[in-house]
Formats: sequence, structure tokens, C-alpha cells
Amino acid sequence: MSDKFRNTLLTIAFIAFLFFVAWLADSYLDEYVMRVVRTGLIYVTAAVSYNLINGIAGQFSLGPNGFMALGGYMVALLILPLEQKEFVWFLQPLIWPFRIFSLTKPLFPLALAIGGAAGALGALIVGVPSLRLRGDYLAIATFGFSQIIIVLANNLIPVTNGALGIKGIPEYANVYWCLTWAILTVLVISNLANSSYGRAMKSIRDDEVAAEAMGIPIFKHKLLAFVVSGFFAGVSGGLMASLITTVSPSLYSFSMTFNLLIIIVLGGLGSITGSTITAFAFTILSEALRFVESPINIGPVHIPGIAGMRMLVFSLLLVLLMVFYRQGLFGQKEISWDWVLSHFKNRDYQGVKTCPQKTDRS
Amino acid sequence: MSSKNGSILALDNVTVSFGGLLAVSDFDFTLQRGELVGLIGPNGAGKTTVFNIITGQYEPVSGKVFFRGQDITGWRPDRVTCAGIARTFQNMRLFEGLTVLDNVLVARHSKLRSSMLAAALNLPSYVKEERQAETKAMELLDRVGLVDLAHTQAGSLPYGQQRRVEIARALAADPEVLLLDEPAAGMNPEETMRLMEFICGVRDEFGLTILLIEHDMKLVMGICERIRVIDYGMSIAEGTPEEIQGNPKVISAYLGEEACDYA
Ligand SMILES: Nc1ncnc2c1ncn2[C@@H]1O[C@H](COP(=O)(O)OP(=O)(O)OP(=O)(O)O)[C@@H](O)[C@H]1O
Ligand SMILES: [Mg+2]
Repeated sequence: MSDKFRNTLLTIAFIAFLFFVAWLADSYLDEYVMRVVRTGLIYVTAAVSYNLINGIAGQFSLGPNGFMALGGYMVALLILPLEQKEFVWFLQPLIWPFRIFSLTKPLFPLALAIGGAAGALGALIVGVPSLRLRGDYLAIATFGFSQIIIVLANNLIPVTNGALGIKGIPEYANVYWCLTWAILTVLVISNLANSSYGRAMKSIRDDEVAAEAMGIPIFKHKLLAFVVSGFFAGVSGGLMASLITTVSPSLYSFSMTFNLLIIIVLGGLGSITGSTITAFAFTILSEALRFVESPINIGPVHIPGIAGMRMLVFSLLLVLLMVFYRQGLFGQKEISWDWVLSHFKNRDYQGVKTCPQKTDRS
Repeated sequence: MSSKNGSILALDNVTVSFGGLLAVSDFDFTLQRGELVGLIGPNGAGKTTVFNIITGQYEPVSGKVFFRGQDITGWRPDRVTCAGIARTFQNMRLFEGLTVLDNVLVARHSKLRSSMLAAALNLPSYVKEERQAETKAMELLDRVGLVDLAHTQAGSLPYGQQRRVEIARALAADPEVLLLDEPAAGMNPEETMRLMEFICGVRDEFGLTILLIEHDMKLVMGICERIRVIDYGMSIAEGTPEEIQGNPKVISAYLGEEACDYA
């Protein structure tokens, strides 16, 4: 049995195991815990897709909240029931064609795919002008574009209902859909990262001039990374819309990007394993830290609840991380089956890959 | 303008300036297929700039570059490389976070025919192509004696080995013309000797045309059939190693430098 075939089987078995765990959790855990789990899975999708552009291709984008917003609004418009649409847009009618149809529950995956397409299209439109820029300029340009998307969400009332947002979105995003998309995202993006295309993207990250001199069309590959990233960001935005059942500009504000940035930096820029683990850890931690925002009495001292305290904690975490542990948890490393098995069999990882051994001439 | 028929690479009256500084001026140059030519000159003479013009890094203010008779002036570097001109860099530009093997494989990427979707889904057509690329890359690493370091991170290698990775990477692009910018820099005399043999060997094996920038005169004089000397961006001499060694202009250009060195 080849290593590759073995790894594929292990992956399939592991996915089956994950679905089994999801089923157990869904059957025995309470609604609140399941919400945290679903949120965590959605963050996995969002963070891993963000890591493709920032960590793998090395292009510092600050735009994922914009692409998530595109996906989120798109999915909301597609699955919101017709009577709810009339109710939400009672002053100004919703634009055609959304006012004449609504996708039912079995079509939720289709809605998500269209939401992803909206994110991808947004990424294409943002990417073409801004990916010619480098470093700080790219960050500023993508930040600007995502702000534009949020401003549009606030003002395009016939589409978005403005600042009031859209309420009453059906809660189709159960744990199975959230898990399915998290797995799909991790599989597709890690396959891509390990492929020749991913290698080209990493070479751009390491040295743009050398990558171009080795025959890599750099703009095209940055754009590819951006569009794929935008697709999965759009899907995660759509899942989030259906989980929370309302969308509004504030849901997809810049703090979403900030959260994702903390996740991918904490996990290690370029490590998909790192993003996956920290996305989940971040979600749980931010629930656990809710207490810092509620009023606290320490003996005679009374501290009133301060909204946003959690962000302060995370921001501090980010600063400490940058100062003391810039590599993040995983650096650019990944956990692979070869690595896991080498730990079980106590076998040297280098030995797993077979290659002709020749002695160096020097 | 003539395309200088018969030559594989031709620079026709090329001028490059950086904010008033003429790095290269009125530079005419031709390479015949299969030649091994040296490009020498004192520091800052404009040698690397000539490479950067050929590979499309810089666009000349005036003049043209022809490759196999085709005007490639103003082409983007990746297009020039795909057309058949590969290079190494004076101050080495390896992809330091990638393994040695991945560094070489990057140069095979432009040969890939599978789409990104096929790659992301690991379709058999892609897997086959990837395997072929890997075989080819391992052959090249074998050629430069680095097979057993294939899975080492490139940035962690010592200088001399990094230089060899860079040459293997350039060869992986299947070039017809290879531009080597000071490949012996940082190598000890023994490594330099082996490099000389290696350069001559790959030229014959791959049917390459090589243009070489080098400060190590023993290397240049030892392997080049023809040498072009530039100083302050202008050609001052061209000829066989013997002719160059005896050329008073060249001696004074270098003496000026050495007078400083030994002052
Ligand atoms: N991108 C650039 N911007 C401004 N000046 C440049 C640039 N590239 C080269 N120059 C200048 O052009 C001149 C020629 O530089 P070049 O690097 O071609 O010299 P060289 O012959 O390769 O020298 P060395 O032997 O030191 O490598 C130098 O004066 C250099 O400072
Ligand atoms: Mg130079």
C-alpha cells in the first residue's frame, strides 16, 4: 500500500470520525455549546481561507470581512422566506430578482455556493487593482475596499436594508453543514498549498523578484490565491448569516478581519493546521472571556461591565505574540499523517519519504 | 534595426540610466548558440544591469534585446524565462522557507499544464505531471550533488551549496541561455574548481549558451572562449582570454581598482 493511498484512507476515516463526533455532540450537548461549536467551525473556514492569501501567498490583505459580507448578504437574500422579505423591506421594495423567489432548505448548499461566488467575484474586483501593490500599500487598499463594501451595506437599502440589517434568516447552518464546509476548506486549501500552484504562491511570498525570474506570472498567482480565498470567505459569511439569523453591517465590520488576523498569526502564518486549531481555540476563549465584559465585584471594588474588553485582551495577546513569539504556534509547519505516524512508530520523518540516497560530492 | 541573424541573443545599442546615472550605455553584444562568454569589469561597471535588461527586470531607455531573432525588449521577466533565458542572482535569491527540492520545482511550474482546479483536487493528470517534475528536479539535484539535501530548508544551507541550488533551479526552467551572476562568489578555491568543471559539463550536456559574470579571473580565463569587458557602463574590450589579458585598456581599468586595493 503506497503512503499516499494510506494517507487518503486515514483522511476519509478521520472525516467519518469527525461526523460521528458531530452527531454525538448534536445529540447530547445543549444548544449553547453547539452554537459555540458551529461558530468555531465557521471561523475555521474563514481563517483557513484568509491564511491562503496572507500566509501562503504572503500578500497582506485586510479585506476578508468585506468578502464575508458579500457572501453573507447574498445567502441571506437567497434563503430569506418571501413573506419575511416583504416584512423587512416594507418601505422600499427589495430589488429584483430576489423579491420573487426564495431558496428552500434543501437548496441551502446551492445558496452557500452562490454566496462563495459572490465573495470570489468581490475578491477579483478588489484584487485586480490592488494586487499590483505590495506590502503596506496592499493592506491599505484592501482595507479601503472592505470599508467600501460595508458602506454600501449601510446605504444600499433596496438590497441590504441598510443599518437595520436583515432579520429572520432561516437557521439552516446546522453543525453538519458547518463541519462539511470547514473540512472542504481545509482539504481544498491544503491540497492547493501543497500543489505546484501553492509552491508558486509560496515562492512569491519568499521572493517576488526570484519567483518572476523563475517563470512565475506573479500577478496571476496572487489573484488566484485571492479569488479562492474570497470564495471560502464568502461561504463562511453565508454560514454565519444563517447561524446568527440576522445580518447587518456591524456583523461584518473590520473587527471580523481583526479576529481572523489574530487567529492566523497565533496559529502561524502559512500553517493551515495552526489556523484550524487556533480558530477553534479563539472561539472558545472568546466565549470564556465573556465574564470580563460583565460587572465584577472584587471585594469593595466594583468594576462596571465594559463592552469590548475581550478585544482588549485579544489585542494584548497579539502584541505579546508579535514581541515574543512571531512564528505563532506552528510557524509554517503542518501536521500530516506521515508526521503523526512517525510519532506512533517512532520513525524518523525524513526516512518516510523515499528518495535515492547519494552522497554529496563536497 | 537588424536582429543580428544567427545569434541566439543580441543586445542592440542598449542604454539604461538610473536618475541620470548611465549604468549601461550604447551596449552592443551578441551571443552565438553554444558559446560560453565571460562578462567582466570593475565593481559597479554595469554587469548585473546587463543581466537585468536581458531578463526584463529593467527596461532600457533605448535599444533593443533580441532572443532567437525575436524582439523581447520590455517583456516581463516570467515571459523571458519561459521563452528560454534563465538566470542566477549575484546576491542569491533562494526561496528560503522552501525546501531545496521545492526551490527547484518552482522553476518547473511554468511547464505545468494542469489547471489549478486539477491540482487542488489532486486529479490523476496533475499527480502524473507532478511526479514527472519531481523526477526531473531530483535529476538536476543529483547533477549538482545535492540529492540528499532535497528535503532540507534552502535557507539553512551553507553558502556554496545555496549557490548550487540556485544553478539547479535555473536549469530546471529548461533554458537555452543561462546567465550566471558571480556563481563562484563565496566559494573556496576547491569549490570554484569543481564549479568550472560543472559549468563546462552542463553546457555540453544541455546544449546551453552561457553568459558568465565573474570576478574570479582564474575561472573566467579558464573556461570562457570569449570575454567582454565593461567599465562605467561602456564596452572597453572584447576578445579571447589571451587578448584580454594583454589589453592595455583592460589593465588600466583594473589597475585603477587594484591601485586602490593595494594602497
Ligand atoms: N536599481 C538601481 N537603482 C539605482 N542605481 C542602480 C540600480 N541598479 C544598479 N545601479 C547602479 O548602476 C551601476 C551598475 O551597477 P551593477 O550592479 O550593474 O554593477 P556590477 O558591474 O554588477 O557591479 P558588481 O561587480 O559590484 O556586482 C552602479 O553604479 C549601481 O549603483
Ligand atoms: Mg553585479
